[in-house]
Amino acid sequence: MNWLDTVIQGTLLGGLYALFAMGLAVIYGVMKQINIAHGDFIVLAAYLALGIVAATGLHPFLVIPLAIVVFGFFGYAVQRTILNRTIGGDILPPLVVTYGLSIVIENALQQTQSADPRSIKLGALETASVPLGGGLAVGVFPLVMLVTAIVVAIVLEIVFNRTRLGMAFRAVSDDREIASIMGVRDKRLFGYATAISFAVIAIAGVFMGIKFTFTPSLGPNFLLYAFEAVVIGGMGSFWGTLAGGIVLGIAQAIGFALNPGWGILAGHLVFLAVLLVRPTGIFARTA
Amino acid sequence: MPSPLVEVRNVTKRYGALTVTRDVSFSLEAGEVLGILGPNGAGKTTLFNVISGDVAPESGHVLLSGVDVTKLRPHERCRRGIGRSYQIARPFGGLTVFENVLVAALFGAQSAGADANARAVDVLDLTGLRSKANRLAGGLTLLDRKRLEFARAMATDPKVLLLDEIAGGLTEHEAAEVVAVVRSIKERGIAVVWIEHVVHALVAVATRMLVLAAGAKLAEGDPKDVLASADVRRVYMGIEA
Repeated sequence: MNWLDTVIQGTLLGGLYALFAMGLAVIYGVMKQINIAHGDFIVLAAYLALGIVAATGLHPFLVIPLAIVVFGFFGYAVQRTILNRTIGGDILPPLVVTYGLSIVIENALQQTQSADPRSIKLGALETASVPLGGGLAVGVFPLVMLVTAIVVAIVLEIVFNRTRLGMAFRAVSDDREIASIMGVRDKRLFGYATAISFAVIAIAGVFMGIKFTFTPSLGPNFLLYAFEAVVIGGMGSFWGTLAGGIVLGIAQAIGFALNPGWGILAGHLVFLAVLLVRPTGIFARTA
Repeated sequence: MPSPLVEVRNVTKRYGALTVTRDVSFSLEAGEVLGILGPNGAGKTTLFNVISGDVAPESGHVLLSGVDVTKLRPHERCRRGIGRSYQIARPFGGLTVFENVLVAALFGAQSAGADANARAVDVLDLTGLRSKANRLAGGLTLLDRKRLEFARAMATDPKVLLLDEIAGGLTEHEAAEVVAVVRSIKERGIAVVWIEHVVHALVAVATRMLVLAAGAKLAEGDPKDVLASADVRRVYMGIEA
């Protein structure tokens, strides 16, 4: 096994996991809710992108901006019409309702799209690579995923720390009742947070559809990867979430390299190890 | 006759079998400072919660300049001019002092950009917090937390300010500072309703006094008359008349 190559491939895969995770982290960060249907929305975004590509013949990368807009509005609508009704009070209703959404999405996709594996074709870019020298090379597409994840982390950091919207997000996250007393329109703000989460989901969904062959039943796996990356990285900054995704990607790549059956397991083991040793996450901002 | 700035009309609030506010009414004009006294459990904070929209009353109405706001959500009332502080200071701990105040200026007062910054700096000056503007609010001392409660409520550009035990737990000197700030707020033409156990602080600035006992209004009027009344002395101060 070539360690350097394995770590590089893992880092690139980690870019995708970081994209999975950042959408989850936005909703958790602002509303302290776990969206159990997160992975299913990623799968749904992949089917949406596949449909747009089939209907228009556009290059998958050009579909991304369209998917971001569609999913952004979709996320806002889901929050305002469904999820806002579950907020404030017990922690169980949001979990149960998003779990229900997960079942609905998976079954609706089975019904309409069948259980056949699909993937989004990228053409020549799929195999294109950049030589690094010394016999090492990185694929152009995995590199695009990692760079996109870094850009998304930068954008989210700016939005949360440098804009009035972000300040309102942090205030509502801190104390919703007080924020409301200070004139913040909490329910609308939650809609914006979910819109941002879903915009990231749209990007993640398109990349996932290119990277993997997917079926309607894969959602829970992606939720788990996203969740693991968030926990490994620790809450408090999107840099941490990005790093968590990369750690998870490297762990899986090393596992795969040791034995093809151990990849996913290795990721879970790192996740459990972090939970045991540093439950706040490796890169958490400790108060 | 023009409508009063604030009117609380026959408000009753129950929690289960317990009636915490019983048919309370009062009104207030701009520039007035209404002091509210009452023993613990008299329903003072509940009355504030009804006015600010944190809880809905079983019956009765809250009017702002003649407009019924009883059904409005807290953020809408804030934007119409009801500002409040909490008895136990609840700053946004993860935000800086300046950001805490800026949230109130941006969203409560709905001022933008430079205006919001100017408003934030103004209330930080008013409350003596300017030198601590860039500290995280979670690390403030008790006095500074109280100042921040005050500053945030002021930053929402209120027409009426509800202060809940803002001088509680402070030293004599600190309480005097608070009185001075309330007086300057009053001079800006803002109406103040102040719940306080520190009676001498209240008397120093109140133009009118209201006493609650067991959820109901016991007395209302000129501060000196109210404090001298036999009922108030018996219920509030435990002095047998």
